[in-house]
Amino acid sequence: MVLVYIDHFDGRAIPASWEALGVGLRMAEATDSEVKALVLGNGVEAIGQAALEYGASEVLLVDLPMLEHFRPEPYTQAVAQVVEKQGAEIVLFPTTSRSRELAGMLAVDLETGLSPDIVDYEMDGEVVVTTRPIYAGKLLTKEVNKARRPQILTTRPRAFPSPEKRPDTSGTIRQLVLELDEPLTEVQGYTDSERGVSLTDADIIVSGGRGTSNNPSLEPPPEITDEKEQEIWRAQQGFELIGELAKVLGAAVGASRAAVDAGYIPYANQVGQTGKVVSPDLYIACGISGAIQHLAGMRTAKTIVAINKDPDAPIFKLARFGVVGDLFDIVPELTAALEGKLSKG
Amino acid sequence: MNIVVCVKQTLDTAATMTIVDGKASWGDAPLVLNPWDEFAIEQALLTKEAEGGQVTALCLGPETAEDALKQALAMGCDEAILIQDPAFEAADSLVASRALAAGIQKLDPPDLVFFGKAAVDSDTGVTGPQVARRLGWPSLNLVAAVSDLDASAKTITVERLLEEGRQVVSGSLPAVVSVVKEINEPRYPSFMGIRKASKAEIPRWSAADIGLDGDIQPALTWPEIFAPEKGETQCEIIEGSDPAAIAGKLAERLFEEKVI
Repeated sequence: MVLVYIDHFDGRAIPASWEALGVGLRMAEATDSEVKALVLGNGVEAIGQAALEYGASEVLLVDLPMLEHFRPEPYTQAVAQVVEKQGAEIVLFPTTSRSRELAGMLAVDLETGLSPDIVDYEMDGEVVVTTRPIYAGKLLTKEVNKARRPQILTTRPRAFPSPEKRPDTSGTIRQLVLELDEPLTEVQGYTDSERGVSLTDADIIVSGGRGTSNNPSLEPPPEITDEKEQEIWRAQQGFELIGELAKVLGAAVGASRAAVDAGYIPYANQVGQTGKVVSPDLYIACGISGAIQHLAGMRTAKTIVAINKDPDAPIFKLARFGVVGDLFDIVPELTAALEGKLSKG
Repeated sequence: MNIVVCVKQTLDTAATMTIVDGKASWGDAPLVLNPWDEFAIEQALLTKEAEGGQVTALCLGPETAEDALKQALAMGCDEAILIQDPAFEAADSLVASRALAAGIQKLDPPDLVFFGKAAVDSDTGVTGPQVARRLGWPSLNLVAAVSDLDASAKTITVERLLEEGRQVVSGSLPAVVSVVKEINEPRYPSFMGIRKASKAEIPRWSAADIGLDGDIQPALTWPEIFAPEKGETQCEIIEGSDPAAIAGKLAERLFEEKVI
């Protein structure tokens, strides 16, 4: 049996969960086996129903108040119990902050191998030969767990297609009753309620780099006298323009390490080897020269657009479309042009 | 407060990677302390400065990894230990977490164990949580801020950086905390620190020393390492008489190519 863990937040499944389910369906077909989806949480039956529509032959539901918030310890214990009772040759997770941790801890409980963040695989009989990036995608490695079971894998968001949703499902939802230990941690709540589009899920990302501060014609307000503060203020005007373009496209906002290190924008927006590794359909790099650490984090984007003043910037080597120009001139015009085209439908 | 920080030696992130004879090669790029671990060391040192106690840096790696530990000492760690044994040469995260957990158990019982969020070479990002699981302690992963630490009540509250925002979580000590970059600004080693580190004798612990002379086979093997296909990207430079013309043409091309 192939078990697919469905990650969710705030009552909604993370889209990459369905991609993992799609991988599970193909693996089950190859090994003449079946796919069960596992949903843990509190009041998550609707997510279980959706998992049926995405093709699970059975959904295992563990619905407990204690599982309201993701906490790694009880979640690991629950998945381990399900695997032990149901038996699974393969356990799949989507790569998210939560399920990467969960998969790692599950591997310890079951003393088996974990291949995190796979981007490809092939079947060798019942054995999954995975491909996953190392050195932030500068290289790829094949990785195999030959002898131990289950094989635990997490699938990189957007590396695999999502299965078609079919409302006419014949699958069933089964509630499981588990005894779980008291959790070791308590979730107090969430800050940063402002939730833009998540970088790793985004179809389109608009990113800014050092170039966002490079507009000497902008005059900072007189109360900002510190040179560094003035630079940050200028960069924020640049990111404002990037934000407007992102808004028109329904895109997430990213940034280079240089922009984050200079204090222009929070670390949560950083794309690259020491930030987030992303794989959108479209990546628009504005004022980003393309240091190797940055390229490692976005090179698998389907289409890259580079807007940069320096025609020799390395980012142009990776880009499908390039504009040699100032982002302060180009980005607002691009926003206007796209807004016009998109509103015409 | 007894604090442990687990570190790894990795390649510099600026290294260009190629494949030579089927193996990863990085030319003469330097081996460095894993960049994420600098933040873990800094947080360990900040905690010690606020609460008193001592910081021990623990590393699993080959002989060369001594340099990473010297860096940790130069930054201000009090002690450093290298777990080094041929048995760990092909370690996967399952084996690494086992060795580190066993090493931690050989030390004076710590209150806090810090990790960087991931190693920039293997990129698994699970060793911290796996060590927590082996020790049976709370795993506080992807921590961007420690908002409260109460040594006498033995509690900690942190902010975790998730895709959806910051989750505020509290737990009891001892705990394993994996940190992200936003948490602090790592210090540079002081001149005195570098001198002290250069003279330091770093103890080696073998697999037997940490009680792991039995079954420590990794679960995973790596049959092939290869370079990603270079996309045949020919950059089409969009030109025009003014920014509006250029932007208009770019928008048109994006639609034509069905990118949007």
